[in-house]
Amino acid sequence: MSEPATNIGAKVAQFPRAAALAEKEPPFIRVEGVTKRFGSFTAVSSVNLEIRKGEIFSLLGGSGCGKTTLLRMLAGFEDPTEGRIFIDGQDMTDLPPYERPVNMMFQSYALFPHMTVEKNVAYGLKHMDMTASQRADRVREMLALVQLSDFSHRKPHQISGGQRQRVALARALAKQPKLLLLDEPLAALDKKLREATQFELMDIQDKTGTTFIVVTHDQEEAMTLSSRLAVMDKGRIMQTGTATEVYEYPNSKLVAGFIGSINFFEATIRDVRDDVATVDAPELGATVEARAIPGLSPGQPITLAIRPEKLTISRSKPEGPNAISGKVRDLAYFGKDSLYRIELPSGRVLSINSVNSRRVGENERVADWEDAVWLSFDPSSAILLKD
Amino acid sequence: MNRRPVFLITMLCFGFAFFYIPIISMMVYSFNGSRLATVWGGFSTKWYISLLSNRQVLKAVILSLEIAVLSATVATILGTMAGIAMARFKRFRGRTLFSGLVTAPLVMPEVITGIASLMLFILMAEYIGWPATRGFTTVTLAHITFSMVFVTTIVHSRLVQADEAIEEAAMDLGSRPWQVMKDITLPVISPAILSGWLLAFTISLDDVVITNFTTGPGTTTLPILIWSKVKLGVTPDINALATITVVIVGIGVFTAGWLLNRAEKRRELDIQLAYQANQ
Ligand SMILES: Nc1ncnc2c1ncn2[C@@H]1O[C@H](COP(=O)(O)OP(=O)(O)O)[C@@H](O)[C@H]1O
Ligand SMILES: [Mg+2]
Repeated sequence: MSEPATNIGAKVAQFPRAAALAEKEPPFIRVEGVTKRFGSFTAVSSVNLEIRKGEIFSLLGGSGCGKTTLLRMLAGFEDPTEGRIFIDGQDMTDLPPYERPVNMMFQSYALFPHMTVEKNVAYGLKHMDMTASQRADRVREMLALVQLSDFSHRKPHQISGGQRQRVALARALAKQPKLLLLDEPLAALDKKLREATQFELMDIQDKTGTTFIVVTHDQEEAMTLSSRLAVMDKGRIMQTGTATEVYEYPNSKLVAGFIGSINFFEATIRDVRDDVATVDAPELGATVEARAIPGLSPGQPITLAIRPEKLTISRSKPEGPNAISGKVRDLAYFGKDSLYRIELPSGRVLSINSVNSRRVGENERVADWEDAVWLSFDPSSAILLKD
Repeated sequence: MNRRPVFLITMLCFGFAFFYIPIISMMVYSFNGSRLATVWGGFSTKWYISLLSNRQVLKAVILSLEIAVLSATVATILGTMAGIAMARFKRFRGRTLFSGLVTAPLVMPEVITGIASLMLFILMAEYIGWPATRGFTTVTLAHITFSMVFVTTIVHSRLVQADEAIEEAAMDLGSRPWQVMKDITLPVISPAILSGWLLAFTISLDDVVITNFTTGPGTTTLPILIWSKVKLGVTPDINALATITVVIVGIGVFTAGWLLNRAEKRRELDIQLAYQANQ
């Protein structure tokens, strides 16, 4: 993508290896047409995924959309009703969990309460062909990796929630699985710890090179952590891509609305020329230009979507094709940026996020309550959505 | 702290008095020097000494202990398996019926269980020729059937509280189902299994009704012996015998309760610590 880098784009740049691998290697994990039904209820519906070696891949979606069920099929706890799962070229679909080169970090951590931290981490190693001293070395190495060397003789109930989370991670990594599955790994931690742990998790992934699949319902977490992500809804994968792709080029209203905030307007296509579509948007009170998507024809109803930070606010009418007039209804000052709620002549209210790049006094703001203002946006920033 | 309601305390005292005064007076009178059960003749341990030299009594005590140990052990094995099946296999056909059938004997009048067991043994003897006579085997079998239910209930409730994910985690780390059972499930529920055994043991040890139905000539357990002796009048040696029974049963019940309670306390503490750690 040659789009101007956004704050999200900067985060993606943290994954040079995954990006480099992207083109060369065949997919490491392949999920082919996997469906899971519980009785007549379809929890996961015809899911196709291709995940590359060394990726952190996120499954993002609201509660009950089938993320855990998909993860459990990868781990071998549920049999797909239809479809097949391949890891490193091998068909895993019919293998039990104890024969898969896959380990899982459970949402509840699922530490063995009657074993010490050390024994928990060592548990999976007893099934591996290793000498006792190799095992001890591996356990020590894992505990060092998650910074728990001093807690090796404690029982799970004698350590904090954050430490328990790291024991669960060390235990799942000890066998050096080809694939690590993490079910809401940070959900049980408080906000501050969660942010610190996100980076720790990325660091550990980088050190071990293990392929991670992370389930989360938190879009910021998914965007921070992952090289690529899939947005799920009602058992289906709605869109797969990098954080930038999914944020800047959503393929549906659902994905656009789920990731970040956005303004939607009902509109009609007037004309399409090359990669620019002219769109009548009565709610905006204007005819505007937007980047075209394939398969548009004049007269077609469409949804126009604009993210709040893609709009520019000014007092005088700006140059360019996309200028809209309105009135400031609400204004919230957050320091680094401000959120405006602008009422349009049609009565619709629209959100704008404006970075406060200059230091100004109380009475020098761009706009104040009840002020008449102009809004503008670049045609390439406007998103057209067919559904 | 609020004030303890006086009414409740009073009722509790009456309740305890009603329940324990007869037992305590029985225990006191077992040390009675007089032959007359109701007249105090000074402190003496002679009834205990005479019990020790009474071969009939010793035989009954040993028989009772043998039956109790054997039936409690078998009941614990079967009851644990039933408890695990009920707690872990969520979707097998007829599960509701199965759990209903397993727990129904809990509320079944003992007389019914006794008659039913007797009928079964008579029919079995008639059609398959085993057990040919009633005695040790039949009593043990009957005890297994009705004490197993208690083990099942205790194990089941413990397993329902335990996080099933720990068993999945063990399997995920490479353990086959039997290894998961050995490494994770059984250690986690071991306090429940132990207290189930103790409960089954004490239930068997003091049972009169079902034993009465299923026993045969020459197989006299301790409670049956006491029962038949009492018919000839309450004597101090019966008090001594009963006191011994009460002490054994009391230790069993107390230990079972203590084990369960301790496991419960520990779990609560874990939860509390986990909660604090997340603050
Ligand atoms: N074993 C099961 N039996 C029946 N329904 C299930 C089972 N497991 C999950 N479901 C249902 O499947 C749906 C998806 O569940 P899940 O994968 O846990 O969602 P998520 O992890 O995205 O919150 C839910 O509606 C849930 O009730
Ligand atoms: Mg889930």
